Amino acid sequence: MQKHTCMEIKILGPGCQKCKTLEKVTREVVSEMGLTAEISKEEDIMKIMSYGIMNTPGFVINGKVIFSGRVPSSKEIKEIIAKNQ
Amino acid sequence: MRTNILPDKVSRNSTLWYSGIFLIIWVVLYNNLKTITDFLTESVFGLKAGTHLTEAIRFFIFEFPKVIMLLTLIVFFVGIIRSYFSPEKTRKMLEGKRTFTGNVMASSLGIVTPFCSCSAIPLFLGFMEAGIPLGITFSFLIAAPMINEVAVILLFGMFGWKTALIYVSTGLFIAITAGWVIGKLKLEKWVEEWVYSTKFGESNVIEEKINLQGRIRFGYEAVKEIVGKVWIYVALGIAVGAGAHGFVPEEFMASIMGKSAWYSVPLSVLIGVPLYSNAAGIIPIVSVLIEKGASLGTALAFMMAVIGLSLPEMIILRKVLKMPLILVFVGVVSTGIILVGYLFNYVF
Repeated sequence: MQKHTCMEIKILGPGCQKCKTLEKVTREVVSEMGLTAEISKEEDIMKIMSYGIMNTPGFVINGKVIFSGRVPSSKEIKEIIAKNQ
Repeated sequence: MRTNILPDKVSRNSTLWYSGIFLIIWVVLYNNLKTITDFLTESVFGLKAGTHLTEAIRFFIFEFPKVIMLLTLIVFFVGIIRSYFSPEKTRKMLEGKRTFTGNVMASSLGIVTPFCSCSAIPLFLGFMEAGIPLGITFSFLIAAPMINEVAVILLFGMFGWKTALIYVSTGLFIAITAGWVIGKLKLEKWVEEWVYSTKFGESNVIEEKINLQGRIRFGYEAVKEIVGKVWIYVALGIAVGAGAHGFVPEEFMASIMGKSAWYSVPLSVLIGVPLYSNAAGIIPIVSVLIEKGASLGTALAFMMAVIGLSLPEMIILRKVLKMPLILVFVGVVSTGIILVGYLFNYVF
């Protein structure tokens, strides 16, 4: 897989509770892993739709949707980030 | 980082082991709940049997763990079942389906597809974009919140499997017919224009490969999320129930929500629509209503109105639907619920 100099993580969600939780957990995990990643939240419904997901929150790393519609445990998020680094 | 990732086989086996042990403990506890409750109330707390207070406490100590245990077990299995479904797959299954078949499928899939009302918009847009007819989309949107696992388990726990089954089948019936009616009315003009111009991205979701261990983990996650959120409502609801158990006179609700009052069904739907509560909070209250003389049909209609039609969801849907369509939606579903309520009062 192509190595990115800076990892870009996007949380897609219009602002429901799950989306906020996912953003919080992701930030915690990233700082715990000591990574430099740009984490942002996409709340614009049109932009969210452009990723082709139908269930929020969506979890995007470097433009690729990894999963949607759930909030995995921090351990699993860690594994996912490690795998997609 | 590598160290905490166990070899797949080891972690898979331990997950299965833990689940097995959990199941055994569950069965033993559940089957002895009555004995434990009696032991706690009479021997540990030293309460005298027969008084209002004792019976109220006994009711709570028995019902609360019972409902929570049922909830945990079923939410766990539903979590596993749901891991086989996703809105994306559901959409694919519904593409190009004919009106009636589509309504039946959409309503049934509404039960098993993971859905939260906050994703109503992306889901609606996704369905529209795939060319799924409005009526079929509505069948899904009606069934998904109304027939949820928490409602079904609580009904099962408090009234038995017949009531739970009745709830599921009438809920399905309402979702199918209401969706069918909305489809027949041809209301596409009342969908906001921008919906049709939304560009839906190529679905580039990578299909996650999940093994059994992963699915069990989905089950655990579901338990953590749902039971973690609703236990307090269950406790409150049952506390209200326990309070009413010994103190509010029987037949208290009979005059307003009993069978004899013809207006009881529409009235309780009218009250129920603007009210919003999750299933966990409303069912113990419904149970109190029934115990105090409300008839089953009226109570079920009230419950369906509260869970199935919610103001927050309407506000979310207002972004994609014009007002008249929302009113038709509420009107058709309420009519369905009222009919079901009357039917039950008539049959039972």
